[in-house]
Amino acid sequence: MAEIINEIDNGEIITKELSLHLGPQHPSSHGVLHLVIKLQGERVTDCQPEIGYLHRGTEKIAENLLYHQFVPYTDRLDYMCAMSNNLAYVMAVEKLLGLDIPDRAKYIRVIAAELSRIAGHLMGLGAWAVDLGAMTILLYAVREREIVLDIFEQVCGGRLTPTYMRVGGVRYEFTDEVKESCRQLVKMLPGKLDEYETILTGNRIWLDRNKGVGRISAQDAINLGLSGPALRASGVKWDIRKDEPYLVYDRVDFDVPVGENGDCFDRYMVRVTEMRQSVRIIDQCLRDMPDGPFASENTEIVPPPKKDVYTNMENLIHHFKYVSSGFKAPKGEIYSAIEAPKGELGVYIVGDGTERPYRLKLRVPSFMNLQALNDMVKGQYLADVIAVLSSIDPVFGECDK
Amino acid sequence: MTRFDKKPELTARLKDTFHNNILEVSDFRDDLTIVVDKGALLRIMEFLKTDNDFRMNYLVDVCGADYLTRSPRFDVVYHLYSIFNRQRIRVKIRVNDKETVPSVTGLWSAANWPERETFDMFGVTFEGHPDMRRIYLAEDWEGHPLRKDYPLRGYKDKYNPFGEEKE
Amino acid sequence: MPQSGGKLEDSFLFTTIENVAEVLRKNPVVTAVKEHNITRNIANWGISSSLWPMSFGLACCAIEMIATACSRYDTDRLGIVFRPSPRQSDVMIVAGTMTKKMAPLLKRLYDQMAEPRYVIAMGGCASAGGPYNTYAVVQGADLVVPVDVYVPGCPPRPEALIFGFLQLMEKIKRESPFVLEQKNIKGFEGAGR
Repeated sequence: MAEIINEIDNGEIITKELSLHLGPQHPSSHGVLHLVIKLQGERVTDCQPEIGYLHRGTEKIAENLLYHQFVPYTDRLDYMCAMSNNLAYVMAVEKLLGLDIPDRAKYIRVIAAELSRIAGHLMGLGAWAVDLGAMTILLYAVREREIVLDIFEQVCGGRLTPTYMRVGGVRYEFTDEVKESCRQLVKMLPGKLDEYETILTGNRIWLDRNKGVGRISAQDAINLGLSGPALRASGVKWDIRKDEPYLVYDRVDFDVPVGENGDCFDRYMVRVTEMRQSVRIIDQCLRDMPDGPFASENTEIVPPPKKDVYTNMENLIHHFKYVSSGFKAPKGEIYSAIEAPKGELGVYIVGDGTERPYRLKLRVPSFMNLQALNDMVKGQYLADVIAVLSSIDPVFGECDK
Repeated sequence: MTRFDKKPELTARLKDTFHNNILEVSDFRDDLTIVVDKGALLRIMEFLKTDNDFRMNYLVDVCGADYLTRSPRFDVVYHLYSIFNRQRIRVKIRVNDKETVPSVTGLWSAANWPERETFDMFGVTFEGHPDMRRIYLAEDWEGHPLRKDYPLRGYKDKYNPFGEEKE
Repeated sequence: MPQSGGKLEDSFLFTTIENVAEVLRKNPVVTAVKEHNITRNIANWGISSSLWPMSFGLACCAIEMIATACSRYDTDRLGIVFRPSPRQSDVMIVAGTMTKKMAPLLKRLYDQMAEPRYVIAMGGCASAGGPYNTYAVVQGADLVVPVDVYVPGCPPRPEALIFGFLQLMEKIKRESPFVLEQKNIKGFEGAGR
């Protein structure tokens, strides 16, 4: 008893700082994230993320593979929205080569990217809700996500790792059945998003746990390198699809949602609104898609279709060269970025005239976004750390490369 | 697009302000790249951040590259972006092994983790960095993997039997 | 009776329980019951019908594991309920790439599970390193923990994971539930690769 009385001084209990490890294996840590949190009572004074538990050496692998052989590795970066990563890489290689792709391929790529965005945000939302205790939303969101994955499977055979994009276009034709499935999704999804909003947006518990939590100002967000929905929720209107348009984003009509307060609730609203805008984009692209080839006609970069290989000698030679030694890229370095669902996903390639990249660097949004975690949770409760972490939505396949 | 038209003016302004410190300027596939002196790095970065024509308030990335056969062996590459002007620029410096580079974490806090990653993968230290230690690999790892003389499969141990033998 | 110093062994209750257990261990009736087929089948049926996995999702396979647990490919109907803690789980699903930084933690979590415990290696990376044969990736979870079922695929479809669970249930039904096996960890030095 004597020890307890000694710790009370001036009516306040003297506390010691506790260092808590929210370990790599944790149901709410979105993968393998190790957080070292220093607590003073229940309030967080410092929060350092330790990453690297999923570092697989993707960049070093890229230096040993041909350009087109690396595309499956990009799928495994942000595995919740796989086609966006494919898109970033193949657009970078096409910029290095100076290659133009046909219009139909551009529309197909936009539809694939927006479907990935919907799939990624649905999973992020589901995981966020289940971390805060609303398990129903995970089951509903995964139910919708399964429908999107069905479309991916119909178009190219893979659910989670489609590897649909190739340098010069896409791999398979976007058939009419797939178009019909997309139209059904477009008709059905806004109603489901209304369901989620009914459950979450006006919910007192959701508001209490998210409003005012993890606030970050626009100035700090830009300084810390945030991008994507987390930055737009702080009031910065920056979206690469609008500011540096690529593919056909300058021909479709959509809005970019921007938040005001920069707290978790705004990040949630930005994500839900982005999903609605993605549905709008897919609708317009399905309507405006022209006919034509789905990949470039340049046979050195895109191998000819198989039935032509059997009948024509030149096509056979092109196919053989493509598979065994690939195409050569010019000397030079480029950087190309897209608006992935998590932020700005950029690829920096140094080509040296051979058929393998000399250096490939992936600028991944989760890596930069996670630096801001410390600033967002200072002075808040331990339970808020989970809410803020889920609102940033890091994916460790890409954060650790 | 307006941002592409402004490139000659921006290049001219840079050359006027920092005559000797800019070694090369290039424009491959519409990407503006400048190679600068290591000593003038902080001054140029501050100019790029605060000057009205540039206003590069967003640091996109810091990375390294290893050119084994060239004399300043490593390249440290900074990508900057201006949200106001929608302009990108790439700044490169060349360093040797065991040389230190001044850190830009004072200008953009976003440089914290990318510089740690460059140290982890290449061995380039940054002075003035608040927390210089490895980020991806374990603390007691030896070697810097993305160097060209490090094998892809690593060295043989109980976890990866396909690695190369350690000499 | 083993005699040793210390406060616990001297307590009356512990000695009584230890005596009772000693008697039961040597009793021929209890041994006959333990080795009988019916007891074995009942115990194995109990274990295999309610396998509680520990969620150890590392990478992309974790997303397919979550999809398996959700409403379309339900695992709850098989008695499989995901538990967050290793102390409360029977089976550990290693889903995703295991890196050298993560391997000691995997071993520590495996050690914290109570017997009988099983391991399912889900996906190409956990089975044999997958497409990543690099400096930082462990070439298969079986270099660290003993694996019972390998589910190939990159990532394996949810149906494949459920098939893996069914194979594990078949394996459990073949084994004897009362023998605590010391499973040898297969390392590179010992095994003849």
